[in-house]
Amino acid sequence: MIEVKNLFKQFGSLVAVNGLSLHVAQGEIYGLVGPDGAGKTTTIRLICGALKPSSAPDGESTEIHIGGFNVLRQTEQARAQIGYLPQRFSLYEDLTVLENLRFFAEVRGLPAVNWKPRCMEILAFVGLEMFTNRRAGQLSGGMKQKLGLAAALVHRPKILLLDEPTSGVDPVTRQDFWQLIIRLVAEEGVALLVSTPYMDEASRCSRVGFMQKGCLIVEGTPAELRSNLNDRVIEVRGQPLSILRAVARADEAVEEAQMFGDRLHLRVRRGTAQEVIARLTQQIPLSGGQVTRLRLIQPQLEDVFIALVETQL
Amino acid sequence: MSEDQAVIQVRGLTKRFGDFTAVDHISFEVQAGEVVGYLGPNGSGKTTTIRMLLGLLRPSEGEGNVLGYDIRRQTEQLRQKSGYMSQKFALYNDLTVRENLAFYAGVYGTTQRSRLAEVIELLGLHGLEDVRVSQISVGWRQRLALGTAIVHRPRLLFLDEPTSGVDPNARRAFWELIYAVVAEGVTALVTTHYMDEAEYCGRVGIMRLGKLLAIDTPSALKEQALPGLAWDIFAEPLLPALTVLEHCPFVLRAGLAGDHLRAITPRDVSGTDLENLLSQAGIASRQLEQVEPTLEDVFLALAKGPEDT
Repeated sequence: MIEVKNLFKQFGSLVAVNGLSLHVAQGEIYGLVGPDGAGKTTTIRLICGALKPSSAPDGESTEIHIGGFNVLRQTEQARAQIGYLPQRFSLYEDLTVLENLRFFAEVRGLPAVNWKPRCMEILAFVGLEMFTNRRAGQLSGGMKQKLGLAAALVHRPKILLLDEPTSGVDPVTRQDFWQLIIRLVAEEGVALLVSTPYMDEASRCSRVGFMQKGCLIVEGTPAELRSNLNDRVIEVRGQPLSILRAVARADEAVEEAQMFGDRLHLRVRRGTAQEVIARLTQQIPLSGGQVTRLRLIQPQLEDVFIALVETQL
Repeated sequence: MSEDQAVIQVRGLTKRFGDFTAVDHISFEVQAGEVVGYLGPNGSGKTTTIRMLLGLLRPSEGEGNVLGYDIRRQTEQLRQKSGYMSQKFALYNDLTVRENLAFYAGVYGTTQRSRLAEVIELLGLHGLEDVRVSQISVGWRQRLALGTAIVHRPRLLFLDEPTSGVDPNARRAFWELIYAVVAEGVTALVTTHYMDEAEYCGRVGIMRLGKLLAIDTPSALKEQALPGLAWDIFAEPLLPALTVLEHCPFVLRAGLAGDHLRAITPRDVSGTDLENLLSQAGIASRQLEQVEPTLEDVFLALAKGPEDT
């Protein structure tokens, strides 16, 4: 549904997107994960045709296809397929929830006979049916977010582009929001591209692409990405953490020893977890430390990201 | 201030702006040498709390004592002995790294030249001393901003969302610095809206709608504030499986987590119980495992009801 090949965008001397290719299939949630300035927003703007790509330095052609339409040549038809929720979206604060939605429905060309039932349906879907007559300016942050989603969905798009929809949002709202979009993808077969700065949200996507400096540095399903580190992350609890870490770092099979508030996470070479656990159980007391817990844990996507970046350096 | 006295002591602290209560009767203590996280979404009252603790905002109600000073009356003294790194780093782009540090040292009346060298060393800024701030990357600016907050050897450091928007490697590296600063005898209070970032803290306070819902170690929050076990359930078909879980009396919370479901159950529920529940409804569970709860699970368990009214 979304096909992007060899995407470049330069602003002056800054290369914001550097040769990015990705595809998102129907029924798939693709998570574009990365820090601020990685190029996530620019990528989404290029895909929805709000920005024009720069020409590729290698002379290869750039392609952006949305639901079978070429965004660069058939911009209008392609846009009609897209629901887009920008990071900062505009609502008319003086208009009610329903009036706002009607506005977006009309802009999207919904026939007059259809707009109301569709608006009520979508408001029920996002859980705002009780608030149709409330002015948008009187909504809480979470409700505004849901109204933004409703506006992006009002014309039944097959493709949804969400740019950091949950940044700084209340976790309860964030949870509701994800339930809505996962349901939408599962029930209506929408193709969804969502960007997020939160590593822990990546695990809710069907596939994840980590973006850094305009490039996709790795891509895969959460399970595939984690499988690199299965049986390689060990949690150590005990006292004092400084000794635990020093002992762990001295072990040749330990690649990284990361301190957290009340514990350490170790990344060890493949196949060495059991021997490391045995060695540390012995070594730590000899060095004056005390171990209360030493066990294998599931790797997090953040561990995967860090391990990948380190091995690429 | 005696050694065993808390570095921060707050009782019933409240701040109202008109009829909006930004911070609502919060009470907590922080001991010397702790790294305490202050976790909550935007607008939950984190920054307002810090501004009151720094004596920049007068509380509407309640008492606070920071480093032995009253936050209403002894604001000068307490600011002298604390450091603050704000969300928007206050750095001078036209000045070099060293000049920025020297400027803040001057503001705080620190005269020791050796302290500048020490801070540059501690934060790994050598080689960049004479480079203008406008020429260095966000990651280095972040380090420098931390440097300007510690140049006067504060005993307490407030870090307001210090790692927002940086990549995971830079974030881990920055936390190493925070630990290094704390190892020198500093106490740190760090706000964040990243659930996973709070894991770096020794204790975490959970803020929502101006209220401090809980404050404890990440492990204790997961064991005590969360009323049970967390499960990842891979089942086919997914949405009917969710409906079954949502209607089951022994499932406390169930939600979609991408290609699988996440459920919270009481501690006496086993994997077999869940498997039976699903198979009775004609749903096959491919994989069902008990997993480590996250601070998000804790937050959702503590947050009763939506933010919307």
